[in-house]
Amino acid sequence: MKRISIQTGDFDVASELAALEALGGGGVASFTGVVRGEGGLIALELEHYPAMTQAQVERIVEDAMARWPLLGVSVIHRFGRLEPGARIVFVGTASRHRTAALESCAFLIDWLKSHAPFWKKEHFADGATAWVEARAEDDAKAKGWSA
Amino acid sequence: MVTIVYFAWVREAIGRDEEQVERPASDTTVADLIAMLAARGGGYAQGLGDATRLRAAIDQRFVPIDTVIGDAREVAIFPPVTGG
Repeated sequence: MKRISIQTGDFDVASELAALEALGGGGVASFTGVVRGEGGLIALELEHYPAMTQAQVERIVEDAMARWPLLGVSVIHRFGRLEPGARIVFVGTASRHRTAALESCAFLIDWLKSHAPFWKKEHFADGATAWVEARAEDDAKAKGWSA
Repeated sequence: MVTIVYFAWVREAIGRDEEQVERPASDTTVADLIAMLAARGGGYAQGLGDATRLRAAIDQRFVPIDTVIGDAREVAIFPPVTGG
């Protein structure tokens, strides 16, 4: 099973997990990213490259499926305006082996951070805005998987 | 013609998300194209003046900035991605 969705709307974590559990592998791992409301942040605005995003996320998912024995992968990434507490991203993996499920889940979120064409802009209560800067450590984490 | 697309603060500095430019010589690199566009000044200089802060894609695939444009249909110029 391979499910990839780039969407504006929210998603239901329980039903995403249930779909992965139903594959019968016995092991499901997941990561959910949520908007943090710190430092006066009132919203995150996510922009992406529509012509590229789906295909690029597919390539990342294919890499994970080639690398680990997975029965299923789900990746959901939202875009648009998201307020603190809103879910941004979901990665779920199913396998017969817990190590494969856990490692591939970590790999997928690391690669999404540094290899999927999304950009985040922060909006603050005082009206200020700032584009989120890419962090060198995120890049290093993704590169770590190539070793 | 080649379509150039911009994202995030590059798009904001330039004030547009897409434009068509005259196809440059086929051995032109993305970095060369960025320098040519930055030379227009104003928002272009602001958004494209420092190529070390920029990343690129050719026909929807990430490429190093010194990649030759060749017969590309679409070149995208943007800051490092911050998804996830």
